[in-house]
Amino acid sequence: MSRDVFVRRELQPALPPPVSVSGPFGWLRTRLFAGPLSTVLTLASLAALWLIVPPLVRFLLIDAVWSGEGREACLGETVGRPVGACWPFITAKLGQLIYGFYPAGERWRVDLVFATALALLVPLLIPPAPFKRLNAALFFVVFPVAAYVLLVGGWFGLAVVETRAWGGLLVTLVVAVTGIVASLPLGILLALGRRSDLPAVRWLSVAFIEFWRGVPLITVLFFATYMLPLFLPGSWSIDNLLRALIGVAVFAAAYMAEVVRGGLQGVPRAQYEGATALGLRPWQTMALVVLPQALRLVIPGIVNTFIGLFKDTTLVMIVAIFDLLGQLRAAFADPSWASPSTLYTGFAFAGLIYFAFCFGMSRYAQFIERRLKAGR
Amino acid sequence: MTNESDSAPGRRFRLTPAAVRAAALQAALVGAVVLLAWSLIATARQNLADQHIASGFGFLQQTAGFDVSQSLIAYNRSDTYGRVFLVGLANTLLVSVLGVLFATVIGFAVGIARLSPSWVLARLAGAYVEITRNLPLLFQILFWYLLMIGVLPGPRQSLEGPFGLVLNNRGLILPQPVAGVGLEWVAVAAGAAVVAAAVVSRWARARQARTGRGFPAGRVSALLIVGVPLAVFLLLGQPLTLAPAELRGFNFIGGIRLVPEFVALVAGLALYTAGFIAEIVRAGIQAVDRGQSEAAASLGLRPGRTLQLVVIPQAMRVIVPPLTSQYLNVVKNSSLAMAVGFPDLVAVFAGTTLNQTGQAIEIIAMTMAVYLAISLLTALAMNLYNRRLAPVGR
Repeated sequence: MSRDVFVRRELQPALPPPVSVSGPFGWLRTRLFAGPLSTVLTLASLAALWLIVPPLVRFLLIDAVWSGEGREACLGETVGRPVGACWPFITAKLGQLIYGFYPAGERWRVDLVFATALALLVPLLIPPAPFKRLNAALFFVVFPVAAYVLLVGGWFGLAVVETRAWGGLLVTLVVAVTGIVASLPLGILLALGRRSDLPAVRWLSVAFIEFWRGVPLITVLFFATYMLPLFLPGSWSIDNLLRALIGVAVFAAAYMAEVVRGGLQGVPRAQYEGATALGLRPWQTMALVVLPQALRLVIPGIVNTFIGLFKDTTLVMIVAIFDLLGQLRAAFADPSWASPSTLYTGFAFAGLIYFAFCFGMSRYAQFIERRLKAGR
Repeated sequence: MTNESDSAPGRRFRLTPAAVRAAALQAALVGAVVLLAWSLIATARQNLADQHIASGFGFLQQTAGFDVSQSLIAYNRSDTYGRVFLVGLANTLLVSVLGVLFATVIGFAVGIARLSPSWVLARLAGAYVEITRNLPLLFQILFWYLLMIGVLPGPRQSLEGPFGLVLNNRGLILPQPVAGVGLEWVAVAAGAAVVAAAVVSRWARARQARTGRGFPAGRVSALLIVGVPLAVFLLLGQPLTLAPAELRGFNFIGGIRLVPEFVALVAGLALYTAGFIAEIVRAGIQAVDRGQSEAAASLGLRPGRTLQLVVIPQAMRVIVPPLTSQYLNVVKNSSLAMAVGFPDLVAVFAGTTLNQTGQAIEIIAMTMAVYLAISLLTALAMNLYNRRLAPVGR
């Protein structure tokens, strides 16, 4: 055995990664130009971005017309340069897009409802905010009644505003929020029914859920508008908006039931058994142990259902209720604002509103999902 | 302390208080539902009689008396309402099939692009998904529709694409295919090539099982299926030509004209659904554990074979169920045709026919039944497929 055996006694310090995979240069190399295919794709995508983004910015901001009256303000001939978005069109139609034909003097009522909703909703959505129970009770029970009184009127000296005059974003939000608030309890009942041991209850629930999930919302709205009145005594007249709300609520309840069922299946069996072992009766087990856990699990699903419902509210246009999109379409028909960029401007504005709501909610659902995962 | 323990298994068929309660509850529920249905039907009868609305399906034999702008089957205004129903159904199915087709192609492309090694492309695909998924479908359809009729130029300044495609505010005009002499032989050659490809694949699989030696069956099959009909087609002197539409005066003559409503509807449906399909595809591919492709690589499979034999089969198991529900959504969402005035089932039947006859109950029931039948049949097929795909022996 020779004496020049070398044994290392301490670790060699780690070298920094080679320059070709680290730092900004490495990032470029691995994420953008990792190979011939990747390089081609990157260059093609950059070209596509170049074709999309600068013209969009030009249209929305640089070439846009910001003030003026009537279509002349947005015509290339009058302005003397290429014209982008015609924002005065939106300014002129803003009231119509948000309130519909709600009387101008009464619009503070709508604003008050919006503000209250926001004040109640924001703390409800922030997980660490205190008084969740009270907050939820206020939002889901007290607020709908208060909003109804404020928007419809007839009490406390408020003038009655017929729902025919409602429109725009107001209708969009009323339909979506009513749909979700009404569908939640109905959906929970249906989900419990579907998991019931009693065959009659189970089969009725399954039939109800599968029926409404199998047909398009338009046919449901047609059903509510044309068929429902035939099934009710002639003396009952239902308001057009209320009919649509009933249709939307029933439709959403079927989807909500499936979401809640997913949550119920996610609660481990041991929870039922533990509750039974403590001497809770079946309905107590459900109400005190299983449902609270199941509902927490499905918050992301509920938010996603709400996003779908929010987008589906646009369909009420077909039964002659003018939501945001319906009002936009009506605004396009106004000849005093007819210009080449009116169409794009209107869609850009409404698109930003819809996108802000839906994107915000989907990000919120993802946030909650991460939180729930982190808690396990 | 008596009744709770009685419902334990093994004593199921005894007439315990719990069983009696359950039976009573169910009887009461069924009774309430029957009573409600009965009272609704009685009210409806009374209302129909009061308003002098006919009932029954006799109206299906009456003359419709209105025109339909686009129809797959022969139709004119002296046909019956029953025929209108079929025209609408055919249009609904046409829109759905085209929507599904385009949405699948775009959706898979975008979904794979989201996983691309190129960061810019992945981000671009991500932006596409966020934008299409977060804007209402009706908003998108209406946008394409108003764009087509309001912004596109008239026939004389049409945009002309390759292969004789013409786009203007009257719609999208495709060239008319004209069959020449001997086209049937190309079809025969194509059929023969498909059979030959099937035989080759079978033989290749059998040989690999027997001897372990592989054979590029996929490439040979592709070559056969594309090459043979193409060779016959060229040998016979190209017996299929495209006759592009021609501008005569103020409009185009010839060609196949797709009305703007149709183009906007299919474009909206396809682009919207593609966003959802892209997410499904991305999630499906990411659901396959990295270890799977690493194991395949260590077994000596090349990247292409790994994808084909290991990753895709496992990803498909995750992708197919939500994909089917997206396809069902396309069928249901095709009813938005009503908003732009394309004559689908809802527009011509639950719309125009309902307005003319007033028979809301029969018409809405028939319309709902069609969609329900499509949904339930698809769900049934899906369950069978899932059972076949379910992992065996775990």
